Amino acid sequence: MSGIELLLEYLTKYFPILLFIFVALAFGVVTLLISYLVQPKYPEPEKLSAYECGSEPFSDARMPFPVRYYIFAMLFVIFDIEVIFLYPWAVVFNDINKVSIIGLVEMLVFIALFLVAYVYAWRKGALEWD
Amino acid sequence: MTSYGADLLVILPELIVVGAACLLLVLEPLTPPSRKELLAWLSLGALALCIGLTGGQISVLNLRVSAFSDLVVVDGYARFWKLLLYGVTGLTILMSLPYLKAERLQLGEYYGFILLALSGMMVMVSGADLLTIYLGTELMSLSLYVMAGLKRSSPRSLEASAKYFVLGAFSSGLLLYGISLLYGVAGGTKLGAVAAAIGSRGFDDPLLLIATILLAAGFGFKLAVVPFHMWTPDVYQGAPTSVTAFMAVASKAASFAAFLRVFVEGLGGLKADWSNLFLLLCLVTLILGNLVAIVQTNIKRMLAYSSIAHAGYALIGLVAAGRGMGESGGASGLASVMLYLALYAFMTLGAFAVIGMFRKGGLEGEDIEDFAGLAKRQPLAAFLMLVFMVSLAGIPPTAGFIGKFYVFMAAVEAGLAWLAVVALIFAAISAYYYMRVVMVMYMREPDPSAGEVPQLVASPALTVVLACAVAGVILFGLFPNPLVSLALQSVLPLK
Amino acid sequence: MEQLFFFYFAAVIAVASVLVVALRNPIYSALSLLIMFFHVAGLYVSLRAEFLAAVQVIVYAGAILVLYLFVVMLLNLKQDDRYHRQWPVAGVVGLTLAVEAVMLTLLKGRAIPPAPANTNETVEGLGNTEALGDALYSTYLFPFEVASLILLVAMIGAIILAKKDIGGSEA
Repeated sequence: MSGIELLLEYLTKYFPILLFIFVALAFGVVTLLISYLVQPKYPEPEKLSAYECGSEPFSDARMPFPVRYYIFAMLFVIFDIEVIFLYPWAVVFNDINKVSIIGLVEMLVFIALFLVAYVYAWRKGALEWD
Repeated sequence: MTSYGADLLVILPELIVVGAACLLLVLEPLTPPSRKELLAWLSLGALALCIGLTGGQISVLNLRVSAFSDLVVVDGYARFWKLLLYGVTGLTILMSLPYLKAERLQLGEYYGFILLALSGMMVMVSGADLLTIYLGTELMSLSLYVMAGLKRSSPRSLEASAKYFVLGAFSSGLLLYGISLLYGVAGGTKLGAVAAAIGSRGFDDPLLLIATILLAAGFGFKLAVVPFHMWTPDVYQGAPTSVTAFMAVASKAASFAAFLRVFVEGLGGLKADWSNLFLLLCLVTLILGNLVAIVQTNIKRMLAYSSIAHAGYALIGLVAAGRGMGESGGASGLASVMLYLALYAFMTLGAFAVIGMFRKGGLEGEDIEDFAGLAKRQPLAAFLMLVFMVSLAGIPPTAGFIGKFYVFMAAVEAGLAWLAVVALIFAAISAYYYMRVVMVMYMREPDPSAGEVPQLVASPALTVVLACAVAGVILFGLFPNPLVSLALQSVLPLK
Repeated sequence: MEQLFFFYFAAVIAVASVLVVALRNPIYSALSLLIMFFHVAGLYVSLRAEFLAAVQVIVYAGAILVLYLFVVMLLNLKQDDRYHRQWPVAGVVGLTLAVEAVMLTLLKGRAIPPAPANTNETVEGLGNTEALGDALYSTYLFPFEVASLILLVAMIGAIILAKKDIGGSEA
C-alpha cells in the first residue's frame, strides 16, 4: 500500500479525531488570542507584580512536592497499564471461537494477580494519605 | 485450541512458586512482625514441592516438552538449572532468617520477592522465545532492584538499588534493541525460527552482527562481565548480604542459562563469530576482575570482583564450545560452564553466609581486617571460611578446583591451550587475595584498640546453610562424577 | 510518501531526544520528551499500529511524563545541577558507534530481509486492536501473564521503597 493511500485511508477512518484535535487546538489559541485582543492595558508596577492573597509572594512557586504524590502517580501508572491490557481483550472477547473460555480464565488470572497487589497496597495503607 | 491443561502441567513448578509468592504477599500485612518467619517456612515448603516435581523427572531428564505454542520449553537443560536455582533459593531463604533478624528487617515481602525473582529465573531458564526470555529477565531484575534497596536505613543500600536499577534498565534496553533487530532479520522471535533463518541465509547481514553484539552487551550486564561490570562492586557492597549472595549466585546462574540458550540454540550458526567476541570479553574480565580484587579492603567488594572474575572463567567454557570441533567438543565446553556455576554456587553462598552473620555489635564486620584473629576466637568459623576461600581460589581437593579443571580441559580440547594457561596464571594471582583473608584470620591478632571484636553469631538456620555449603564444596571436590555426568547429560545440543 | 513520514518522525525523535539531555532546564527536558513521545506515536501510526499509538499517547505522554514532572518537582532540581561535563566523551563514543554502524552497513551491503513470519493477513482484515488481542490472548498468553507478574512486582516494589512507615521501624 502506498503512502498516499495509507494517508487517505487514515483520513477517512480517523477524520473525527483529526477534527477533534483541530478544535481543541483552536479553542486554546482562539481563547488566548481574544483575551489578548480585548483586554484593557494599563500597566503599573503594582499590577505587574504577582498577586498572592494580597501579600507579596515570598518564595518561588516551584516548591518541592511531598513524596506521597509520587506514590499515587506511580500507582496510577501501573493501574493505567493494567486497564489498557483489558482493552484488546474486550475487543476480541466477542469472537468466542477464537478466545472462548481460555481467554476468560486468562483474564481472571491477570485480574487475580492485580488484586494481590491491590489487597497488599490497601492493607499496607499505601492508598491512604498519611 | 490445544490442550491448555497439559501446558499448565508443564509449568506447574512456576505456578507453585508464583502462587506461594502471591499467598505470601496477601498474608504479609496480616502477620505480626514477630511471626514473619512463618512466611519463610511457607516459601521453603513451596520450594520443596518444586524440588520434588522437577527432581522426580530426573529419570526422564532429556525429555523435551514444550508448551504455550512453543514459547516455553522444559528439557534436561532447563531441569538442571531449575534444580540448581531451587537449591540456591532455599539456602538463601535459610540464610536470610537470622540475617534479617539481626538487621531488624522483618519484612515478609522479602520472601515474596525472592520467590518472584525465582519465578523470573525459571522463565528465563525455560524460555524458548526471545520475548519470554526477556520478560523473565525483567521479572528477575525488577525483584532484585527492590531487594537491593530493602535496607532502607542505610544510604548505601538505597544507592545500590538506584544504581542497579538505572544500569539494569539501560542494559535491558540494549537487550531489547538486539531482540528487535534480530526479529527484523529473522522474521520471528522463537529461538528455532532465528536459528532457521541464520542457517538458511548465513551471516552476511550487518544487522545480524549488530543484534548479536547488542544481545551480548545486554547479557553481559546481567552476568557482570567486563566492560559491563561497573555496577557490581557498589551493588554487591550496598545490598543486604543475603541479597548479595542471591544476586551473585542465582541471578548469575539464571543469566548464564538464558545466555547460553540464546547463543547456542538461537545463534548457534554464528558460533565462529561470537566465540571471538567472547574470547575478548573473557580475557578482559579475567584480567580486570582478578587484578582489581587484590586492592580491595572490604570483603563484600572483594567478592564482587571475584564474582566478576568467576564469570570470566565460566565464559572460557562457552568460548571453547564455540571453537570446539565436532559434536563432543561443544558439549564438553557447555557442560563445563554448567558445572562451574553449580559448584561456584556452593562456595559463594557459604562465604556470604559467614560474612552476613559475622557481627560486631549491631553491624556487619565487612572489612577484611575484621577477620583478624578469628582462628583463635572461633576456630570452626575460621576453618569454614578457609574452605570457601580455598575453593574460590581453585585449590584441590575442593569443588572450585574441579570447576576450573573441567573448564580448562574444555579449552585445551578446543585448541585454546594458551587461554587455559592465561586463566591458570590469573587463578594463581587470585589465590593471593583469597589467601590474604585466610592469613588475616590465622596469623594476625585483632587490633586491641578497636574495642569490640566481631563474632560469628550462630543459629540453627545458619548451621544448616553452612553445613550444606561445606558438604557441597568438599563432596563435589572429592567425588565430582555424578554432577559431571548430570551436566553432560543435560547439555544443549550445539549444531 | 511513507518514507517522507518516516524521516520526519525519525528526525524529530532524534532531535528531541538530544534536547532531553542537552537542555539545561529540567522542565524543558521533560517537555521535549513529550514531543518525542508524540512523534513515536506518529511512527506507530505510520506502521499501522494504531492501538500502540494510542497506548503511547495515553501511557507515555499522559502518565509517565506526569511522573517525570513529579520527580523534577519532588527534587526541586535547579538548572545547573546536571551533568554537562560528559559531552566530549558522549560525543566521541556516539560518533564512533554511528560511524561503525554506517561502515558495517556500507561494507557488507544489506541483504533483503525475509518477510516476517508474523505479518499475516489478519492484521489487514481485522484492524489493529483485534489482531493484537487475538495474538495476545491465544498465542502469547504465557508472556502476557509474566508481564502481569512484572506489574505486580513493580507495584509492590514502589510501595515498599517509597512508603515511609513500612518495615524496619516495627522491630
